[in-house]
Amino acid sequence: MAEPMKIRATLQGDVADVRILMLHPMETGQRKDSKGQIIPMHFIQSVVVTHNGKTVLDTQWSQAVSRNPFLGLRVKGAKAGDRISVTWTDNKGDKRTDEVAVAAAS
Amino acid sequence: MNPYRRSLLAFAGGAGTLVIAAAAGLLRTGQAWAATWNKAGFESKAMADVMKSLGATGAAESKDIVITAPDIAENGAVVPIAVTSRIPGTQQISIVAEKNPFPLAATFDVAGGGEGYVSTRIKMGQTSDVWAIVKAGGKVFTARKEVKITVGGCG
Repeated sequence: MAEPMKIRATLQGDVADVRILMLHPMETGQRKDSKGQIIPMHFIQSVVVTHNGKTVLDTQWSQAVSRNPFLGLRVKGAKAGDRISVTWTDNKGDKRTDEVAVAAAS
Repeated sequence: MNPYRRSLLAFAGGAGTLVIAAAAGLLRTGQAWAATWNKAGFESKAMADVMKSLGATGAAESKDIVITAPDIAENGAVVPIAVTSRIPGTQQISIVAEKNPFPLAATFDVAGGGEGYVSTRIKMGQTSDVWAIVKAGGKVFTARKEVKITVGGCG
């Protein structure tokens, strides 16, 4: 079910620019299927981003975040090769963690 | 109400104790989220209730918060929103779309080396003000920007 995330972390000076793309339906609980039944809510509730094991961003989301959510953030004091790890949890208890290394500025 | 939890409960009621135990385990994790997830805020339908849940009633506007969003978004299902807070010691950034069925869209807790910048994409039902609510050093600041929506993204 849980597809891998696409994470990109590039260094700009001493700040890492992190871009995350998650694959998730993010159902609002307001849409109906072809039979007129409401499609139940299914959305990511929390995303935690860590830098070398230390939490830098802890998010709480509602169903109003778009399908296949994008999250961008900046991490100060990062160096090339640092580990950026992202974990999301949805309202059905599904989880997914992916990790990347910070790439040097190109 | 979580429909998945309901169906699980119904299922557990019909099956053996093993399944009940498993369902109980799931319920516990559900409660664990409820402790951290701002349920009251995310489920309130009125802007005033959202502000209250964030402790932002009557908060001052700040020019140090920059909301980057399109003036006109053609597709309400994907509205790119970025919030930059230049207020020192920014701890939390929330994004609120005032006229959505549930206005509070997202809350970001910034910690450690995180900068006061987040960027994401949200759904908006109709043209409305988008608020950024920033907590820094025990104080709350707000900023807002109107985004016009051509086709709503909640249906």
